[in-house]
Amino acid sequence: MAEPDRADPDPEQAWDGPRQPWLLNGDCRGPRHRSLLLEITTRAVFPTVLVFSVYLLLVGHYGPGGGFSAGLVAGLAFVLRHIAGGGGDLGSGRAVRPPTVIGAGMAVGVVSALLPLAFGLRVLESAKLGAALPVLGAVEVQTSLFLEVGVYLLIVGVVLELLRSLGSGIERDLEESGERARQ
Amino acid sequence: MLALVLAHLVLAGLLPMVSARSRPAAFAVAALPPSITLLWAFSQTGAALGAGVTESVPWAPALGLTLSFRLDALALVMIILVSGVGAVILVHCIGYFAPDSPQATRSAALLLAFAGAMLGLVLADDLLTLYVFWELTSIASFLLVGQGGERRAERRAAVQALLVTVFGGLAMLLGFVLLGEAAGTYRISEILADPPRGGLVTVALVLVLLGAFTKSAQLPFHPWLPAAMVAPTPVSAYLHAASMVKAGVYLVARLSPGFADLPVWWGPVVVVGLGTMLVGGWRALAETDLKKLLAFGTVSQLGFLMVLLGAGQRTAALAGTAMLLAHALFKAPLFLAVGTIDHATGTRDLRKLSGLRTALPGTAIAATLAAASMAGVPPLLGFVGKEAAFEAFVSEGGARGYLLAFGVLAGSVLTVAYSARFLWGAFAAKPGVEPTAVRHPPGALLTGPIWLCALAGLLLGTAYVLVDLLTEPYSALYPDEHGYHLALWHGFNVPLLFTAIALGGGLLLHRARGTVDALSHHSPVDAQRGYRATVEGVSRLAVAVTGRLQAGSLPLYLGAILVTFVLLPGVAAVLAGQWPVDQLVYDSVLQVPLALVVVVAALALTRSHRRFTAVLLVGVIGYGVGGLFIVDGAPDLALAQFLVETLSLVAFVFVLRRLPSHFTERRATLRSRLPRLVIAAVGGLTVAGIAVVLSAARVGPAAVSAEFVRLAPAEAGATNVVSAIIVDFRALDTVGEIGVLFIAAAGVSSLVLATRYDTRRKRRSGGDEVRSGQNDPEHEREVL
Repeated sequence: MAEPDRADPDPEQAWDGPRQPWLLNGDCRGPRHRSLLLEITTRAVFPTVLVFSVYLLLVGHYGPGGGFSAGLVAGLAFVLRHIAGGGGDLGSGRAVRPPTVIGAGMAVGVVSALLPLAFGLRVLESAKLGAALPVLGAVEVQTSLFLEVGVYLLIVGVVLELLRSLGSGIERDLEESGERARQ
Repeated sequence: MLALVLAHLVLAGLLPMVSARSRPAAFAVAALPPSITLLWAFSQTGAALGAGVTESVPWAPALGLTLSFRLDALALVMIILVSGVGAVILVHCIGYFAPDSPQATRSAALLLAFAGAMLGLVLADDLLTLYVFWELTSIASFLLVGQGGERRAERRAAVQALLVTVFGGLAMLLGFVLLGEAAGTYRISEILADPPRGGLVTVALVLVLLGAFTKSAQLPFHPWLPAAMVAPTPVSAYLHAASMVKAGVYLVARLSPGFADLPVWWGPVVVVGLGTMLVGGWRALAETDLKKLLAFGTVSQLGFLMVLLGAGQRTAALAGTAMLLAHALFKAPLFLAVGTIDHATGTRDLRKLSGLRTALPGTAIAATLAAASMAGVPPLLGFVGKEAAFEAFVSEGGARGYLLAFGVLAGSVLTVAYSARFLWGAFAAKPGVEPTAVRHPPGALLTGPIWLCALAGLLLGTAYVLVDLLTEPYSALYPDEHGYHLALWHGFNVPLLFTAIALGGGLLLHRARGTVDALSHHSPVDAQRGYRATVEGVSRLAVAVTGRLQAGSLPLYLGAILVTFVLLPGVAAVLAGQWPVDQLVYDSVLQVPLALVVVVAALALTRSHRRFTAVLLVGVIGYGVGGLFIVDGAPDLALAQFLVETLSLVAFVFVLRRLPSHFTERRATLRSRLPRLVIAAVGGLTVAGIAVVLSAARVGPAAVSAEFVRLAPAEAGATNVVSAIIVDFRALDTVGEIGVLFIAAAGVSSLVLATRYDTRRKRRSGGDEVRSGQNDPEHEREVL
């Protein structure tokens, strides 16, 4: 996952620049707005929260959780990252674009709703899939999980879209109009 | 029958692929399905004239919807118009549209689709099936009149045709529903076998007649038909003369056997029909555009047909069916002749045309034959029909009979006059006008169809026995009075005298055309002006209402919502609700501190001056409610509540950066605050009161919840019943909700980003130009 070294002449910058783009990229957004504490916390917490959101997604069938809550948790992880690293961090070109995520969520939801028709079942009917996996043993999955995945993706996309339009969008507006953002 | 209709529609969808190679070939292919339909219909003649051929395909059985079709004598006559004349007109199109005409591709596909829809309409034996095809023909007409929408006249005419016919169509749908519910069935044949009666049926019939009158361009809805003449001439010939405008007449004819004894049915039909016949004929005498002249003639003839088919007596029905056939066979070739003249000379203004009698002799003779049928000259089909019409009303006698007989006679005089005016205008050599140059001599493809229709009128007039056979089964639905049959010669009698008067009077009227022309331009009421005033009035009303309601003030909107809430559900709760007797103050001690937190935060919120404080306090309320959910044992709900609350807090903070940090600086006076205070307090108390009252509304045990809990593990494979409900039992709701989110997200980002580019653009252009940022390519890239 290591990125090629940046063409930065300063060796000190080169070795301590983060190489994992999915962590904070460390681009300085102006010393006045920077909170080192928040940045470090975010680096530590961000992946954990994402994993937790996947847990919530899977556990929804058996306890509190589900696609909606899981998507919001994952979205909040991105919110944290946005607050810590600024709008530039999420990057408009690098990552998957929010509308794509929203559309993917919608598509997964609708396809999973219609897929039962292909097996002679009714729309949105669910079935139990079972498989014996080598290490985990017998695993059972309800097919309605796919709908949950669709909801999850859509919610994550909506939050990312919110960050892009209200977060980075307004930030850029403020910069362009020469105002200083009130923090 | 459904297969035939579908074949039309499917082929229409594929037709652009043929058009891409050759446009004339597209029209030739388009003529095939109607021809096949006609042959099929003829092959079924025996059964159709007897018991009828029926077919029923379940559409949505759970809703009791079926696509029912029935081929009987009346449907057979209509198929001759729809498919027979349709095929002939499509062949004419091959010659009419230039091989590189941009209109040809669209027209070919739409004409064929229209033929399919119209076929479905005349075959439908179910009110709702009929309605679907009815509106499909309106849409086809809109598209065919509007064409590419490049010209203003086309757009206006298309919109007028659509507004008027769809307005009537919707009224008719209401009528159908009332009628169907009153009869207990939507099958037309079953309704007619045992027609319902009662107050609701009266309303239903008036609504159905409204639909029929708008579709068939009856008074006062008729102006859309002359306006629709901006369409290409073959389109006018097919939709606005031969078939579509007959739909209203057809509907009246279809339902009359069951309802013609009711004054609410025959009264409006006869009055409006006769009025339309006279007004249409009179206005035709003023027109100088040959096409518009024919259009007013069509309006007049449609009124005539209405009278005949709605009068509810056997001879009139016989005459009506014969005239239905005759009208298609003379009006279509007349339109096609105008198209040919237009094609050949480049004009259809009768003041400029002169001497075409010698320049286009073939067209002139065929058109004369058709116009003679329109005027009712023996031995043509028009004469046979009109004789029967006179006979019907003369022999009926009484006030109604004589009123109708003389009304129809006056209409016939006008008909003869405008028939003569048409022939004179199109073909005569006029003194003082140069003979019109024929630039493109018409080929056989253009004139052949005209001859075919015109000769069919002559043939069926002389072979009237055939027409009698065809029309007899429908008219036999009415009680028999005299055993009248269609024939060329009934001896010297009153109807023959009427025909002579009509012909003589009409020719005299044409002779005095100078005076008539001057007179007919004066009209006290102009229906077109009425249409325009209505449309303008509606849009002015819309502006006024929007201006009042959308005042742009958030407190006003909130106040309106709260007041409505207090007045409607609040009052209903007070009147009908019951305060539960065993209402506890709290269930669990933990609820008390949480409720206190929520109440204190809410009160503090009203006192806060900084927006940021207000947002935080809203958050506190939300978390407090989440806490209450936990106490009540709803962890799923609480989790979602906390997460949403957090996210909305973040969203608020993002937006707050663009807003002033304090609410308005000026201290509001008590006087301006008092109403808001009252509305807010009453609103809040109402919500709380309704919540308590509704909690007492449940009388039985919660069967649905128990069932959910029982079924969740086995059916949904979930031990969490909330999740089972969301993704399994009520999964369709979930799919709908993510759809809503999807649209909301797209809307929010479009709005935010669009205003952003608006301001940027404004800055770039020096601050005076404000245009939507939507067109900015940069904006588009960012949104997508």
